[in-house]
Amino acid sequence: MFWKYGLFCSIFAGSIWGTFWQIIFTMMGILTFGIPLELDVNQMLIIGLVSGIFYINCQKIISMKIHLTTIFTMTLLVYMFNFGKPYQINESLNNINIFILIFLTSAVTWISINYSLNKISIGKLSRYDLEGFYIKLMWALGLIIFILITLVPFYIMIMTSLKNQQSLILNPLDFSLNINSDFKTLFNSYIELFTDFNFHLFLINSFFVSCVTVFITLFFSIPGAYALSRLRFPSKKLFSSSVILIYLIPSIVLVIPLYAIFSQIGLRNSLLALIIVYPATTIPVALYMLRGYFSSLSSEIDDAALMDGLSRVQIIFKIAIPLSKPAIVSVGLYVFMIAWNEFLIAFMFLDDPSIFTLSRGIMSLNSSEVPQQHLMAGAVIATIPVMIIFLYLEKFLISGLSTGGVKE
Amino acid sequence: MFNKFKKNESKLHQKERKLAFFLLFPTIFIVLSIVIFPLLANFWISFKPISLGDLRPPKLIIKENLRGKLINKDKTAEIHYRYRNSSAKYDLNNVIFNDTIPKGFNIKKIEPNNTCEIKDKNLTCNLEKVPAKSSGKIILKITTNDYWKKNKDNLKNTRPTTSYQSKNILTSFEFTFDNFKKVFSATEFIQVLKVSIYYTIFGTAGALLVGLFAAQILQKSFKGRTFVRGLLLFPYISPVIAVAFSWVILFDPFSGVVNSMLIQMNVIDKPINFFGQKYIDISIFGYIFKFPLALSMVIAFEIWRYFPLSFLFILARMQSLPEDVFDAAEIDGASPFQQFYYISLPFLIGIISILFLLRFIWTFNKFDDIFLLTGGNAGTRTFTVNVYEQAFAISNLGAGAAVAVVIFTFLLVFSLVFIKYSKKGVF
Repeated sequence: MFWKYGLFCSIFAGSIWGTFWQIIFTMMGILTFGIPLELDVNQMLIIGLVSGIFYINCQKIISMKIHLTTIFTMTLLVYMFNFGKPYQINESLNNINIFILIFLTSAVTWISINYSLNKISIGKLSRYDLEGFYIKLMWALGLIIFILITLVPFYIMIMTSLKNQQSLILNPLDFSLNINSDFKTLFNSYIELFTDFNFHLFLINSFFVSCVTVFITLFFSIPGAYALSRLRFPSKKLFSSSVILIYLIPSIVLVIPLYAIFSQIGLRNSLLALIIVYPATTIPVALYMLRGYFSSLSSEIDDAALMDGLSRVQIIFKIAIPLSKPAIVSVGLYVFMIAWNEFLIAFMFLDDPSIFTLSRGIMSLNSSEVPQQHLMAGAVIATIPVMIIFLYLEKFLISGLSTGGVKE
Repeated sequence: MFNKFKKNESKLHQKERKLAFFLLFPTIFIVLSIVIFPLLANFWISFKPISLGDLRPPKLIIKENLRGKLINKDKTAEIHYRYRNSSAKYDLNNVIFNDTIPKGFNIKKIEPNNTCEIKDKNLTCNLEKVPAKSSGKIILKITTNDYWKKNKDNLKNTRPTTSYQSKNILTSFEFTFDNFKKVFSATEFIQVLKVSIYYTIFGTAGALLVGLFAAQILQKSFKGRTFVRGLLLFPYISPVIAVAFSWVILFDPFSGVVNSMLIQMNVIDKPINFFGQKYIDISIFGYIFKFPLALSMVIAFEIWRYFPLSFLFILARMQSLPEDVFDAAEIDGASPFQQFYYISLPFLIGIISILFLLRFIWTFNKFDDIFLLTGGNAGTRTFTVNVYEQAFAISNLGAGAAVAVVIFTFLLVFSLVFIKYSKKGVF
């Protein structure tokens, strides 16, 4: 079969990489230079294909000189294909930029071809080598695509928040930042959010609600988790498994009765309402995570302490809590994140702008009267604290999440 | 039998049991009152003819006015009390209102005359029943006396106080099946069901497959792996409102990057309203195929946001697989795909099935994402969005609760499956 031959692999890898990088670099060019560039995948497909064949034929004699020559030849070929006017640009629009763009496309394509075809011979390949080739290709493509699709919305979020209205309308694609502009024009949306849109209040409210939620949650879940992990009592198993089932009840099912009841008792439009509802959703999560952690601690210490005459309550305060401080801090931060990110209850319950949380406040920016960059600046403000906590928490979250403490 | 058990139980056990109950009591109490009670209340509400407006309790609104001029002694003027029931639905019962008449006024006549009494300048009117929507008037004919000349009392210094009883729709025993009838008979029910199923199945399966792929990629060790692993979790941990809006802006038909990019690269001629267009025609080999665009975009968002979770679980599971199994397979000459198919996949099938069930339930319950992206328009209305739509957009709380009951029923079935599997020891 033809696809089992190294030659086919080289054609395949060359054309895939050529096309892929052509698309990526054209997009990057549009976004960084803010000029229209026409996408033409055919040229790079052919150039990549040729370079693939070239590589597999002379990979044994390859040297730095050959690398450089090939990259320049590829660049030259792009110019030749377009009769000296790549991307169909007629004016002398920053020709050096265009040259750099094409040169980078060629270089990255060439490096990718080198990477995927390394140690692939031209003849028929063994099944192991063949699958190795395809997996390597998929691995590299997959990794790049994953990083791009994860980053692009965040990139757009940050860049949009730094633009101003005119330039956004003029050219939605121009994400080139004017480095010369001063702090005030660059961060204009942020300054306006804090001066005209009460974002300082929203930040304080969100922070307050999240902190109180963390406090209440830990206050009740630490003793509860200790009881679940150490004490013997009837229907303990049932209790543990019903904790998991509480996870599965969505707030949308609870929101109507809560709305009705809180409206009737006049609690609805208040931060107190959030402080009552949030812990109910976070306590099961915290209980579950902390129970897992307490169980992993050896119970012999507890037994020794019991022998020495400490009561169970003393053990919780003097032994269990000090021993599991890192886990408690992490669970606390995780609960903070859940409360900080919560949207539905805050959206339904809060009407009064002075008590909005960040999520609710950003929702109020979503109207045609408020420019997009304000909305995105709000999104950035809401995301930054979570990111900071995440960087601190990453290791724990990864182990904690994957041992079962999952919550939307 | 129970007695025997109790007798044998040592004192320590009893003490432990009490302590455990004491330690767990606050949790039980909070969960019962904020989760279980509302859940039951939701069933209650779903059988009630209740709208959003009914949450405001009916009120008696009273306005007092002075008609005529009080310049001369012996000249008559009138005090008008106009009262109105604020509710369009519910009667007010045992209505009594009181007001203090200023000292400077002498009351000559009260119309209608049998409802009110005067005692030491205290007016007490027993209106008994004020039916819904109705209003009425009480007129006092007054003259001024000497006291008024000196002090010029203002009538409005004292406001009338009222007391009345009204039916609270939440606690009354008025029931109806209309909500369920409305939910099930609506032509959109089938549509909502279909959309929910598509969204749940494709969202869950997509996030799992993408997560599995990501886990395969991240399993290989390379420079910056920890960094990339953290990066891939960003969509999952960020506030939903931030990422949903950045998607909306990214795909905006007027100023979105994707549309402008596609137009500039000559891929499309007209901007596409990704989140607002129900169908887009795609022709494959001459056949025109209606592709549900907005729903697919919402599913894509769901996959983008939740693949990190599956990826994390699967990666953690894979890393617990001993290396030497793969080494042995390598020596035996197993190809990479064979290694994946015969070693990794059977090892992962447990975590994948449990993730599928969990994510299936959560995706089915998802509200925020769809609501923020499309508002449930353009063929993306799932059951959860329908709860909001019925209860808060159309203001029919009862119908919204009925939809929530439907969700809960589905949830119960899914949970039973989940429990059955978790008993098998998969979880």
